[in-house]
Parts: sequence; structure tokens; C-alpha cells
Amino acid sequence: MKTRTSATAIFVGIAAIAAGCASMSDQEASQKALELMKTSFSERGQAKLDRLDQDETQKLCSKPPALELSKEVATRIEKANLDSIRYPADGMLLGDWKSGERIAQSGIGKQFSDDPKLPSGANCYACHQLSKAEISYGTIGPSLYNYGKLRGTSEPIQRYTYGKVYNSQAFTACSNMPRFGHNAILTEQQMKDVTALLLDPNSPVNQ
Amino acid sequence: MIPRRMAATMLAAGVALGASAQSSPEAEIAKYREALAAGNPAELWEARGEDLWKQKRGPKNASLEACDLGKGAGVVKGAYAEMPRYFADADRVMDLETRLAHCMVTLQGFRFEDATKRVFGAGTNRSDFESLAAWITSEARGTTMNVALAHPKEREAYQLGEKMFYFRGGPHDFACATCHGESSKRIRLQDLPNLTEKAGAQLAYTTWPAYRVSQGELRTFQWRLNDCYRQQRFPDLKFASDASIALTTFLARNANGAAFNAPAIKR
Ligand code: HEC
Ligand code: HEC
Repeated sequence: MKTRTSATAIFVGIAAIAAGCASMSDQEASQKALELMKTSFSERGQAKLDRLDQDETQKLCSKPPALELSKEVATRIEKANLDSIRYPADGMLLGDWKSGERIAQSGIGKQFSDDPKLPSGANCYACHQLSKAEISYGTIGPSLYNYGKLRGTSEPIQRYTYGKVYNSQAFTACSNMPRFGHNAILTEQQMKDVTALLLDPNSPVNQ
Repeated sequence: MIPRRMAATMLAAGVALGASAQSSPEAEIAKYREALAAGNPAELWEARGEDLWKQKRGPKNASLEACDLGKGAGVVKGAYAEMPRYFADADRVMDLETRLAHCMVTLQGFRFEDATKRVFGAGTNRSDFESLAAWITSEARGTTMNVALAHPKEREAYQLGEKMFYFRGGPHDFACATCHGESSKRIRLQDLPNLTEKAGAQLAYTTWPAYRVSQGELRTFQWRLNDCYRQQRFPDLKFASDASIALTTFLARNANGAAFNAPAIKR
């Protein structure tokens, strides 16, 4: 399909420039890419094809960063994700930091190569510095070293921290951090445990 | 003291620190590079690949020497630097691995399912694709990347590949861009190339296929994408699928202008 350069084509920008001329509108391209992916992946282990079905948040966050989110859309994403957070019925937000440390270290879970019967890890260390002892940490997220020492352990901080792990996008639209509770990667107890890892004064995070 | 980023590079490269804490990290890295330059095991795959290309095989007892990789039947030199590209005989954009499978079917008479039974090798069970790709890409070493996007289907593949790059999904909400959208980031100690920037895209693309020290295998670009999708918690990217070709077109085109330099050797 040949088209003259249109306003949408200019908006599509990066692809259009590299491609010389855009042949599809941005929306058409999104639709077509999804169809293409649906026929190009096969189910394997626990990774079924429904993993390609995006929720509203994923759809809105699938844009190149150059096409910045409007304030209004960002607020909409955060509101929807905030509403999804379920706090523990027993009101307890702090679990066992030692178990939290193991969860933060483990990168297994949800890959087609992983055993679905085993509990998932959270791999916080993949993206964050947490304790001083662990030097093998990533930098996709900010350092969380001394997180609890710096912020204290007040009820609002506990709720924010548990909530952040449950659904990072309740506070930062399109965050690169997984929504561990919302997407059922971690159990309630596991989220309590990593919350303790961040906040417990005895945790290595706060030494 | 060894600066953290340096240490990260060295650890990622599999260099043991400690014993040689006396010498500077620069010297350590230089030593590592030297060791690699002395011999890249990828050469074993290259040699096997050249043999496979010339061997008469399959129901039609034919070699692959008449396979057209885009620059005319049998022309291997530099062909990889212009792929993926549109092939009129198949009316489809194809990357190298897909084209090889096509030639195994059309020239050698294999059924596609038989030809693609083992696309990634393991131990003594080597994949013909990895060997053939090693040889063919080695014949493009030093050639400037030039994915032209002259055909409308090539431009479409690029546009869809870009969409895929930013497509977030699965239980972790990951997209390629989650791990490869910013500069100077790393996961654990592994440096992550920023594939949205010219320099990062060029360096990453022009160094695949690669011999993976940690696996003792020669890995192709199809493997790289498949394994990143595994980490992305997506289902299994089908070998030679249109999505794999679209994404490869996006990444290859973004590497245009750089000298191709693979098979490389990696961690
Ligand atoms: C794939 C990357 C990734 C993983 C894995 C990850 N995070 Fe994050 N995290 C980020 C990014 C990026 C940010 C900054 C943006 C934001 O606030 O959402 C962040 C922010 C945070 C914050 C907010 C910091 C602040 O200043 O308020 C907390 C708390 C946090 N992460 C905790 C965790 C914990 C605990 C885990 C593991 C259970 C984890 N993260 C796993 C990427 C990640
Ligand atoms: C969860 C993180 C993650 C996601 C998501 C991810 N990658 Fe990667 N990627 C990595 C890591 C880690 C490496 C480095 C691997 C190594 O050194 O062993 C890598 C390496 C690569 C390389 C090779 C770079 C080089 O110079 O050798 C390419 C190309 C690449 N990824 C492309 C992609 C594409 C395309 C996607 C989306 C389909 C993607 N990645 C998704 C983590 C990821």
C-alpha cells in the first residue's frame, strides 16, 4: 500500500523516517503486529498464547518513550492500578525479611523453562541494589540500600512499600517494574516478606 | 580498586577476579581480549558450515550452492549484511535462517518440518543452521551493514518489528524496551545494550552470531531473540516465523552503516 506522507505518518516518526515512507497508520501497525505475533509464537510449558493479550495498561505503555504519555493518560493508568491493590486481610504488612532476601535473589518463575509448581522469585536484585553484601545487582531501578533507614517504618510507608511491590504502576505509570501482586507473580506472604526486607531494621538492606 | 563497571564487564565476560588483583583492570581486560583473539571456537562451526553448504544432501541429493541469499545464486560474500530482505521467489521477507530453510526445502527436497527439527544445537547434537549461519556470516565480516528497505514488504516488516520492540505483555509486563531502552543499565552484572540508540544497536547486531562461552555453543540471531523472549516470559518464538523476521529487520536496519563483525565470542 503506497501513501503520501500524512500527518499521522509524521507522528509515527521514527519508523517512518527509517522506512522512508510509512505504509500503515500507527493503529493499523499495532493491530497487524499483534496478528503477526499471534501466529509466530507457540505455547510452551506454562507460557500460553494468552500472554500476548494486553490489558489496558500494557497497551498504553507500549509506545516508544519519544511519544511521551500525556498527564491525563498517566493519571488514568495510575488510578486503575491503585484500585487493583488488595492489602492483606489480616492487616499485617511485614513478614520475614530472611525469606524476603531469598525471594529478592531468585530469578526463577513464569518462564517457559521454569517449573510452574515451584514458587516464583522476584529477582529484585536484577534491577536494584538492596544490601551492601550483594554486589551482583542491576541498575534498571534505583538503589534501595538503606530504604527503611531513610524512610522509617510508619504505617503509610509500610502501605506504600507493600503497594509498590503489589502494583508498581499505581504510583508510576508505565514503570519498568513488574506488578508482582497484580499479575500474581508473588503470593501475599511473599510480598509481606520482601516488604520486611526493605523495612525491617535488622534486614541487611538497613545495615 | 577496580571500578564497578569494569568489574561488571569482566565478570560478565567470565573473567575471574581476585588472583590478579595486583594488575590493573585495563590490563586484565586486554589479556582477556588477547586470549579471545587467539582463537574463537566459532571457527569450528564455520568450517562445518562451509562443508554443509557444499555437501549434496536431502531427497534431491543437492548442495546449497545454488541458494540465492539475495545477491544471486551461490553468492555468499557479504550477503548477510543486506539481510533480512525481500525474496520475490517466496514473496516474503526472509532473514538468513529462514532463507536457508527455504533452500533446504526447494533445492534439497527436505520437508520444512524435517529441515527445522533441530534449529538450536545442544552438545554433540549440533544444529545445521548454527553451522551454516556461522560460515555465511563469517563471509560478511568487514562488510558494511546495508539493509535497504527498498521493497514495501521490507518497510512493513521494519514497522511491525518496531511495534514488537515496544510491545509490553506477559506476567512481568516486559518489552524488549524494558531491558534495552536505556543506556548504561545492567541486569545483575550483565550490561544491557541500548538498542534504541545507533551505537548500541550497531554493536549488538554486528556481533551476532556468537560463540557463547557459558554454553559452549555457537548461537544465531534467531536464538538470541528466542532466549530474550523466554526471559521476557513470552511463549516460544517460532523459528523462521514472520514476527522473528520483522523484529530482526528492525534491529538489522538500525545497525546500518556499521561494519559487520561476527561470529563473535561472548560470555
Ligand atoms: C525489571 C526491573 C525491576 C524489578 C525486577 C524490580 N524493580 Fe523495583 N523498580 C524498578 C524501577 C525502574 C523503579 C523506578 C520507577 C518506579 O518507581 O516505578 C523501581 C522502583 C521501586 C521502588 C520505589 C522506590 C522509591 O523511591 O519509592 C521500590 C520500593 C521497589 N522498586 C522495590 C522493588 C522490590 C522489593 C522488588 C522485588 C520484589 C523490585 N522492586 C523489583 C524496576 C524493578
Ligand atoms: C528481562 C530482560 C530482557 C528482555 C525483556 C529482553 N532482553 Fe535482550 N538481553 C538481556 C540480557 C540480560 C542480555 C545479555 C545476555 C548475556 O550477556 O548473556 C540481552 C542481550 C540481547 C542482545 C545481544 C546484545 C549483545 O551485544 O550481545 C540482543 C540483540 C537483544 N538482547 C535483543 C532483545 C530483544 C529484541 C528483545 C525483545 C524481544 C529483548 N532483547 C528482550 C535481557 C533482556
